[in-house]
Amino acid sequence: MFAYYMDLALRSLRRSPVLTALMVLAIAVGIGASMTTLTVMHLLSGDPLPGRSQHIFYPQVDPTSHLNPHSHPYDMMDYHSAVDLWSAQRADRQALVTVSALRLTAPTVNQPALMAQMLSTTTDFFPMFAVPFQYGNAWTAQDDARHARVAVISADLNNKLFQGADSVGRTLRLKDVDVRIIGVLAPWRPSPQFYDVVGGRFSDGDTASFYGRPQDVFMPFFSSLEVNDGGFNPFTCWSAPDPGVKLQNSTCVWVALWVQLNSTAKVGAYRDYLAAYAEQQKALGRFARANNTRMFDLMQWLDFNRVVPSDVRLQTWLAFAFLAICLFNTIGLLLAKFLRRAGEIGVRRALGASRTAVFAQCLVEAGMIGLLGGLGGLLLTMLGLWLIRRQPVEYADLIHLDPSMFGLTFALAIAASLLAGVLPALRASRVAPALQLKTL
Amino acid sequence: MQIRPIFAALRKHRLATLLLALEIALACAVLCNACFLIVSRVQQTHVQSGVDERALAVLKITGYDAASATDLNARVVSGLSGIAGMQSVSVINSVPFGEDNGAAGISLDAGGKHSGGVVNFYVAGPGSFNALGLKLLAGREPQADDYQPVSSFVPADASAWVTRALADHLWPNTDPLGSQFWVEKFHFRVAGVVANMVRPSGGESGPGMIQWSVFVPGQPGAHLSGLYLLRASPSQLPRVLRDARDAMSKIAPDAVVDTKASQTMQVLRERYFQQNRIMAGILLGVICALLLVTALGIVGLASFWVQQRRRQIGVRRALGATRGDILSYFQTENFLIVSGGIVLGMVLAFAINLLLMQHYELPRLPLYYLPIGALSLYVIGQLAVLGPALRAAAVPPVEATRSV
Repeated sequence: MFAYYMDLALRSLRRSPVLTALMVLAIAVGIGASMTTLTVMHLLSGDPLPGRSQHIFYPQVDPTSHLNPHSHPYDMMDYHSAVDLWSAQRADRQALVTVSALRLTAPTVNQPALMAQMLSTTTDFFPMFAVPFQYGNAWTAQDDARHARVAVISADLNNKLFQGADSVGRTLRLKDVDVRIIGVLAPWRPSPQFYDVVGGRFSDGDTASFYGRPQDVFMPFFSSLEVNDGGFNPFTCWSAPDPGVKLQNSTCVWVALWVQLNSTAKVGAYRDYLAAYAEQQKALGRFARANNTRMFDLMQWLDFNRVVPSDVRLQTWLAFAFLAICLFNTIGLLLAKFLRRAGEIGVRRALGASRTAVFAQCLVEAGMIGLLGGLGGLLLTMLGLWLIRRQPVEYADLIHLDPSMFGLTFALAIAASLLAGVLPALRASRVAPALQLKTL
Repeated sequence: MQIRPIFAALRKHRLATLLLALEIALACAVLCNACFLIVSRVQQTHVQSGVDERALAVLKITGYDAASATDLNARVVSGLSGIAGMQSVSVINSVPFGEDNGAAGISLDAGGKHSGGVVNFYVAGPGSFNALGLKLLAGREPQADDYQPVSSFVPADASAWVTRALADHLWPNTDPLGSQFWVEKFHFRVAGVVANMVRPSGGESGPGMIQWSVFVPGQPGAHLSGLYLLRASPSQLPRVLRDARDAMSKIAPDAVVDTKASQTMQVLRERYFQQNRIMAGILLGVICALLLVTALGIVGLASFWVQQRRRQIGVRRALGATRGDILSYFQTENFLIVSGGIVLGMVLAFAINLLLMQHYELPRLPLYYLPIGALSLYVIGQLAVLGPALRAAAVPPVEATRSV
């Protein structure tokens, strides 16, 4: 019966090509617009560490020495709090993170000096965030402790300086210090650059910069403080820093701590530990408030920072409003089309077809329009994504159509057209056969 | 023109009429809000920077040793001044549409009790005030002894030039000259008022606060170095900037030129508002597609109705109705449906606007967008229905005698 309905639907669609084209076009444009924006939303709001993000946490304390009128702790920590919490090693894994810029040359390579972004971190960073290596390895906990002059570089930098060759063992000059390359990352493009997301709620929705490329140089935290002394910038300060005081001892926050906690019991224990630490620091007179600690998991932290740019969200809403208009359009046209065939339907009903059969026949026709619209929508989605890839935004190179979105395009197109078909099909199935036959 | 028969006919097609009205309502709501978004985005790009953008460029260097900054500043300023066509070179901490580098919360008393909001500090060396082309409204220009050493990010005790907008905010109805304000222990005394000077984070801090800037003269040194304001005549500026970038390898071989930030002010401005322009373009595209789809829907449904009523039209023509009567029947019908949709659409437009206001810091939708949206939908509706209506008017009276 289904095949017969398909045949009927095709005949019917061919009979009024203009109306069919209008409906297919409406569905295609609506689907194309909403799938383009939905794909961007999906790629930007996705989990950067699928399967492990629920174990990754971002502890925060409030290190202000006077009563802070802000209700939240700062987005980063001061040096002493961060290093205290890190050295306690209470989590399964923990990494300090801070970013700075410094001058970089490769003594054996004839290229001008460049300013590189350096990520200062500790050894757990690489296994905790599943960072892939192309050559060599990460540094060890001993390297952290010895302030070893070693570095891991990104695939981008390795391509630029060493044409992608295995550069492990070669030397980089960071400012005036020679460091040895011990590892080269495989191409790694987390979306967003989650470990470095701070201050998102102050950026008025203009958060595209969170989707930039990872840093080029990774160095042990304590070594980098010596190498790039004076090159670090505070995230913010709770009172104006005194000139001459080192950032490590200043009233500024500039270091982030990430921890991995593999069970709920450990999460609870770490929260208690954080509270106890704040209490102890208050007793020592360093913190003004003890009860202002907080620990989000990774996805909560990204939500808190509203990482998806507000323009992208606006575009998604717009696209769905547009799809709704296209749907109303299709419902109206389908209604016209089905009721135009009232006479034909009357004959079918008189020959014994049930209402359900007529309803099914109409829905098959609607579904067919959806399928055609989906094909058109897919082409338009690909066009839309191609246009976005050409935009000068940080996330442009992340945008692609993945298989799940491919499937969703068709599902959405068919669901939309079936939805649009229900009402007209109901109307058509309630055509009174006697009345129609009389007018034939 | 009799409206009652039209209503009677529409009552026979309640569902189709309702669908068309709903489609128009949604289109009207989206149209009004999208237009409003476009206008507000475009307005942002027209912000007055208050500086002489066409004659200015910036050069940024990084990677040098902070201890050698004073010497470096002197070398760069004297080295770049020698370039043919260069009118002036001065040191500055940030520029409009450049990187944000001097935002701080100010207070109107030494104790920090009475907050004045977060403003942007432009700290700049000798020559910069005139190079920027700031328009002085009151007070005096900076003198040589106004340029104090910069101890951390601003001088400890400095004269300051505030914008008109900031002065009106901080000291409404009083003469701002001689007023004082503080950033923690740093103290400032207002020596002049300038017309405009947009903060580097131009359009982002809300329309009311864009001009909240303070110009503070400062002596170049370790805390004021690395960013240089170049002034040349607009026709020579691109060449002067190119020469300046090339000359840096000789003047300061120990530093790295940040080519992305070293641009003419016009390029910086363009880049700054790129996202706004893209978004306005997308919105414009959506509006066009929206109107097209709505028009196609009207065409489709009207064609169907014309075909369905051929016999009735024939009867009316046979009974003496003119072609004009038939034409105006369909046009009035369309007018009535669009009117119904627009009434609903206006309510919906305000509902969507309320939602947007919550999430995007947009002001309330001005009322005049509604008649504009309504008018454009009436025009689209009438144009779309014209084709089918003309076909209806062309139905000959003889149709009445066929297959009755």
